[in-house]
Amino acid sequence: MAEAVNDLDCRDISKNFAAFKAVRDVTFSVPPGTFFSILGPSGCGKTTLLRMIAGFLEPTSGDLLIKGRSMLDVPPNKRPVSMVFQHLALFPMMNVGANIGFGLRRRGVAKAEIAKRVEAVLERVGLPGAGPRGVDELSGGQKQRVAIARCMVLEPDVLLLDEPLGALDLKLREHMKIELKQLQWEFNTTFVYITHDQSEALVMSDQIAVMNHGVFEQVGTARDLYYNPETAFVAGFVGESNRFAGKVEEAGGGTLKVRTPSGLPLMGTAAAGSLAVGDAVDVFVRPEAVRLSPTSEGVAGQPNVSSGLVDSVLFNGANSRVLIRDAATGGEIDVALPQTGEFHSLKRDDPIHIGWDTAQTLCFAAAGEGS
Amino acid sequence: MNASGKRLTLILLMAPLLIWLVALIVIPHMEILYVSLREKVGVREYEFGFANYMVFFNEPLYWNTFMRTAVMSILATALTLLIGFPVSYYIAKLTRGRSKTILFLLCLIPFWVSELVRTYGWMILLRESGLVSGFLQYIGLASEPIEFLYNDAAIMVGLVYTSMLFMVVPLVTTLDSLDDSMIEAAYDLGGGGVSVWREIVIPHAMPGIVSGCIIVFMLSLGNYLTPILLGGKDSLWFTGLIYSQFITRFNWELGAAFGMLLLVLSSTIVWAGLKLSGQTLTRTVGR
Amino acid sequence: MIPTIRQSPLFRWTYRAYVLAFFVYLALPLAVVCVFAFNDSLFPSLPWQGFTWDWFIGTERPRLGVFNERPIIRSIWTSAFVAVWVAILSVAVGTTNAFLFVRHNFRFKNGLYVLMLLPLVIPGIILGISILVASNTLANNLEDATGMWFDSLRPGLPLVILGQFSFIATFATLVISARLEKFDRSLEEAALNLGATPLGAVWAITIPFLFPAIAGATVVAILMSFENFNTTLMLVGSDAPLTITMFDRLKEGSTPVLNAVSLLLMVASAALGLVSLLLQGRKT
Repeated sequence: MAEAVNDLDCRDISKNFAAFKAVRDVTFSVPPGTFFSILGPSGCGKTTLLRMIAGFLEPTSGDLLIKGRSMLDVPPNKRPVSMVFQHLALFPMMNVGANIGFGLRRRGVAKAEIAKRVEAVLERVGLPGAGPRGVDELSGGQKQRVAIARCMVLEPDVLLLDEPLGALDLKLREHMKIELKQLQWEFNTTFVYITHDQSEALVMSDQIAVMNHGVFEQVGTARDLYYNPETAFVAGFVGESNRFAGKVEEAGGGTLKVRTPSGLPLMGTAAAGSLAVGDAVDVFVRPEAVRLSPTSEGVAGQPNVSSGLVDSVLFNGANSRVLIRDAATGGEIDVALPQTGEFHSLKRDDPIHIGWDTAQTLCFAAAGEGS
Repeated sequence: MNASGKRLTLILLMAPLLIWLVALIVIPHMEILYVSLREKVGVREYEFGFANYMVFFNEPLYWNTFMRTAVMSILATALTLLIGFPVSYYIAKLTRGRSKTILFLLCLIPFWVSELVRTYGWMILLRESGLVSGFLQYIGLASEPIEFLYNDAAIMVGLVYTSMLFMVVPLVTTLDSLDDSMIEAAYDLGGGGVSVWREIVIPHAMPGIVSGCIIVFMLSLGNYLTPILLGGKDSLWFTGLIYSQFITRFNWELGAAFGMLLLVLSSTIVWAGLKLSGQTLTRTVGR
Repeated sequence: MIPTIRQSPLFRWTYRAYVLAFFVYLALPLAVVCVFAFNDSLFPSLPWQGFTWDWFIGTERPRLGVFNERPIIRSIWTSAFVAVWVAILSVAVGTTNAFLFVRHNFRFKNGLYVLMLLPLVIPGIILGISILVASNTLANNLEDATGMWFDSLRPGLPLVILGQFSFIATFATLVISARLEKFDRSLEEAALNLGATPLGAVWAITIPFLFPAIAGATVVAILMSFENFNTTLMLVGSDAPLTITMFDRLKEGSTPVLNAVSLLLMVASAALGLVSLLLQGRKT
């Protein structure tokens, strides 16, 4: 297959700050038109990686290519990438039009042409005629769009976004997620987006890289990461999970029998690598994978069953949860509350039975990820 | 608190302010305006008129000294800005944490010391038997002692030195508030050194530049020590004229007129500086 | 031009050299003043004649040290006297002004605020002559009316104190206002709520909060008063503060005893400055 040139290729990129290895041998490629997110907790190295792509940091080793051309010797003002900064960095001393025209002026584009292109891009981001307005007169969402327009008017090969939604309030953030995705689709430009907020990454991205301690744990689609995490970190970081520590007691036919220190037996699946009897494992079960029932018959036939008392009901509309204190071990299990009406009257100290499937019980070797 | 109690508090708080401003600022300035507008016609006999101001305009020495003081002050302000800006930028943007604090403090230390001492230091350096002359002879660039004192360049060195703090502090403060990401964004969008400097750094630093320039200009204009000590007896600084009219010649009427002229010049330039840059006094010197 | 933008090494080193040269320029005059305080010569200039403590402790003319030089010691006390009064007045008025401008709204507030700032942009020598002229007029009128003498309205220390106070009060107001603006009014309300009187609440809660600013303003006022020359020059009578005495000596040309005084002044100012910085540091 004749491979199209990727918009962005990182090859064994590393960055050390003195003894601290911020980014370690990261390799990935972003094909044209992709919304690529790098998701990770703060301090995982994602900002360092992004700033290397933008040219504000020099990699310690490795190579970085945009459209197949190495960028190592290209200063940031000559790279065909643009960046939307965390706090947007709109120039307060200029109006909206001058902000957007800044890059074009640097390229020596004629004045009339600049005015035309600025107005065109303002229209595309839904702010026609906003050119003469001051930056301070804009709302948070409008600022966001101006910041993107300021980059897109330069038609960059790659647009870098450094957690631009972080400063917005929750409601606007939800709205901007959708809008960003639409803008990306409309401009059909490659976006590289970094965030610590998994829902931003899950909603918007074509591809997500989960980053931790300077390395990519897993790269895949949102579904891949959610349903088939390859490492314990990804399983724990993406989405919510009940987490158990335990030891493998039996292994065979892809199914493992694990016992927790408190004696709870669990039937699970090895998610990555092979696990042998005696291995210490971390076990992850999603709250929505757990079935609730007022009677033991309701969960009969599930490979994992347990019972207990309702510890508390955390009502939050469609995202409501029940915390159940397990009768046998005293441990707490987090279960999504089905909104089918069946459990509306559930309250503290009600007896309840729970059960879940083997395939939904993912086991990882406990060695690497202690936290 | 009830309404009358509140009123009483307001009056009690207002009293010191009004006494201070009226007794020590407003009335004295009206008084010199008044004195400057009276002509002496006999012993303790005066008439209203502009004679004192006419003396100023008709005597080239006075007029030239006035202009010279203004021009030299503007020059000193410009030099202070040119010398101070790169250093302020270095402190504000290129150093971090502890070294930033230390460099900033190093800038302030000389100004905890009396202006007299600073000027004295320059005298020791610049005079004929001074260090600069001695050094030049030592390295063979001069064969005999050279007098560097008592000329305009010496005055300029002293003025710039003495004013530096008042330029560096506002500049460092405003430049410090310029977010690095602004500069990065400008580079990212294709800006180069000059354009980033012109379109981002200088516009951002404008309030600091204006307040620094206003204060430096005013201090230079009103300076007495530096021109007298470094420029010598014939240094022709306008404050020197005011001093001699008041103290040596005891011609308070003419001295008051000179004082008013200096005040008008100083206020005009301050006002013009504020207007040109769209700043207000409250924002500039009121911090 | 920030650390994340690469610059050529030549540019970087030129820039650093410039900054270094700047600091040498700043330090040089002060350094020579200090060094020549120890020169064993009658003139504060080259050549270097060896080290001596004479300019501090010398007892006989012409090698009279600072500590035995009566006029200088007396003028230091004069300066200290003036500085203490200026500091007390400035800080007291600065504090009431801060409460007035931060806490109250009244007609002409902005106008008064600008008027309050004006002393900063009036040349010191003008402040000096205006107060000189006004006090003189007042004294003449009072003497004509009553037949008594009003010496305190003639050039002398009271006028010097008033002259310096007239602009140092502005600095005190700005320093204390800045701190008062950061004060959380709800703390005072909590004190009222717990049964304090309004004045009691201010005394127990607000004034302690303002303490770093008040102390800082005191130090600044003392330093500015000690340093002041222009305003003082026009108002001084027979008792000369230190700057005036030194100025007269400088014009005549003097032995390195002046360097010794300067060195002591620097040490004292630096100590005061450090105190003020420590107090400012406590703010955050």
